[in-house]
Amino acid sequence: MSRNHAFDQRNLDWYIDKAVQALVFIGGISAVIFIIGIFLFITKEGIGFLINTLDLQEFFGSPYWEPSDEDAPEYGILALLAGTASVTGLAMLIAIPFSLGTAIYIAEFATGKTREWLKILVELLAAIPSVVWGFIGLTIMNPLIIELFDVPVGLTVLNAGIILGLMAAPIMTSIAEDALKAVPDRYREAAEALGATRWQVVFKTVLPAAKNGLLGAVLLGVGRGFGETMAVLMATGHAVNIPGSVFDSVRALTATIAAELGETAVGSDHYQVLFTIGIFLFLITFLINLTADLIVRGIRNS
Amino acid sequence: MNITTQEKPAELAICARQLNLWYGTFQALFEVDLDIRKGMITSLIGPSGCGKSTFLRSINRINERLGYVRINGRVELFDQDIYAPEVELVQLRKQVGMVFQRPNPLPTSIRENILFGHKLHNKRSSRAEQDEIVESALQQVLLWEKVKDRLHHKATTLSLEEQQKLCIARLLPVKPRILLMDEPCSALDPKGTEAVEELIWELRGRYSILVVTHNMAQARRASEECIFMLMGKVVEHTPTHQMFVTPAQQETADYIEGRYG
Repeated sequence: MSRNHAFDQRNLDWYIDKAVQALVFIGGISAVIFIIGIFLFITKEGIGFLINTLDLQEFFGSPYWEPSDEDAPEYGILALLAGTASVTGLAMLIAIPFSLGTAIYIAEFATGKTREWLKILVELLAAIPSVVWGFIGLTIMNPLIIELFDVPVGLTVLNAGIILGLMAAPIMTSIAEDALKAVPDRYREAAEALGATRWQVVFKTVLPAAKNGLLGAVLLGVGRGFGETMAVLMATGHAVNIPGSVFDSVRALTATIAAELGETAVGSDHYQVLFTIGIFLFLITFLINLTADLIVRGIRNS
Repeated sequence: MNITTQEKPAELAICARQLNLWYGTFQALFEVDLDIRKGMITSLIGPSGCGKSTFLRSINRINERLGYVRINGRVELFDQDIYAPEVELVQLRKQVGMVFQRPNPLPTSIRENILFGHKLHNKRSSRAEQDEIVESALQQVLLWEKVKDRLHHKATTLSLEEQQKLCIARLLPVKPRILLMDEPCSALDPKGTEAVEELIWELRGRYSILVVTHNMAQARRASEECIFMLMGKVVEHTPTHQMFVTPAQQETADYIEGRYG
C-alpha cells in the first residue's frame, strides 16, 4: 500500500515550525526568568541583614546615614528617601506640563512634516544617555544656578529636578501621545460637529477620554525618576540631607548604592544594607510600573 | 453677516450653486446645484463614491477637518453664504446638527452627552434648566422613559439604536435649524432602523432634514424629496414618490432597479 498520500506525514516545514515555536517560547519566558533571577540575587545578598541586624524603625525613620562609621554605624535612609522624593517630585512638576503640552501639540494640532519631525526629535531626546544629562547638570546647570540665584552651590534639588524632568519628559510624551492617538476620531468629529472649537475638542473630549493613558504616562515618569542613578548622582551634590528648599544638596537612594557599593567589603553590613536599599527600590519601581501598566492596559480593553 | 437679497423662494433651507469640491487633486463634486426645502426630509441616494456624503459634509463644513479639501461655488443656508470669509464655524455648526453613520456618543454619561453642545454655547445655566433640557431632548427622541433612571450611566452602554437616538437628541438643545444625517441607520438592525426612521419622520417640519442613505427602500419610505447623485453630479431631484415611480433620467431608473451601485 502506498503511503505517499497519507495524512500523517511530517515534512521539514513541520519540524521548523515546532522548533521556532519552542525558540519563541524560550525567548518569551526568559525575560521573566531573568527578572526573577535578579530579584532573587538582590534578596539573597540583602536578606540576612534585613532579618538579623536591621532595625526597620531606624532604617526608615532616621535621617543619619553613616554606614562606614566603625564604632557606631547608622543606617537611616530617611534623608536619602527625601532626596529621591524631592528630586522626583520637582522633576514631575517640570516634566508633566512639558510632556503633556508636547503630546497634545503633536497628537492634536501639528500636521504633516512638523508632526513627523517632532516625533523623531522626541525619540532622539529619549535616547540621550543619562550620564550625558548628568554631565549637563554638572557643567552647565551648576554654574548657571550659582549665577542666577546667587547661591554657593549649584548641585541641588533644583538642578537634579530640572535634569531629571527633561530626561523623563520624552518617554512621557511618547506614552501620552499614544494615549491621545488611541482616542477614536469619531469623538473629535462628534464634538466638532456640535460646535466645539479645537481647544474645546481637546479639553472637553480628548483629554477626559485619554485620562487613564495620561496617568500611566505620568506614573512611568515617576518610576523613571525613582530609578534614575547617574544623572542624579552627578547633579544633586550627593550630600545626605533632608532638603529645606530646592537650593539644598541632597543624595538619592540609587546614587548611594552606585557610589558606595564599590568601596564595601563583600558580605559586610554596609554591603548588605545597600542591597536592602536595592530591594526597597526594586519593590517601589515595580509597583509604580505595574500600576502604570494596569492603568494603560485598562484603557485599551475598555 | 453677508445676507444676499436675491429673489428666491423663501422656504429654502439649503441652496447650493455651482459647488465644486476637491480632495487634494481628486474632484468629488462637479457643479452641484441644489435647492433643499425647509422643514422637509430630503434624502440623498446614489452609489458609493457618488459624492452624497461629501455634499452633506460640506453643509456644516466638517469636511475641512481633513485639511486638504478645496471648494469653490456657493452654499447658502437660509440665504446666508456659509463659505463667506467672516463665517464662524462654531456659529454655523450651532445651526446645523449632524448625525453620523456609526453612533458616536461621547464616552461620558447620557446626561453629559445631551448637555455637551448646550454647555459649549451657554456657559452659565442652572441645574434646573439643564434637567429640563435633558428631559425635553430625550422626550423628543422617545428615549426618556427608557433612560430616565440611568442618566448618569455611560452613554456607550446603550444599545446601538439608543445610542443613535441619543446622538440625535444631543443636537436638539443647541436648537439647530438643519439636521444632516449620514447613513443614520446603516449600523442598526432592522428594528433599530425602523425606530430611528420613525423618529426622523417625527422631527420633520420642525427641522429641515437631509439624509444620506445607501438604502433605497429607506429613502422611499422615509423622505419627501429625493436627490439622486452619480459621479459627483446631481442627476435628478424630485419628490420621492415620483422618483421611485417615474424617474426622469435613465441612470436613475437603472440605479433604482438595481442594475448597478
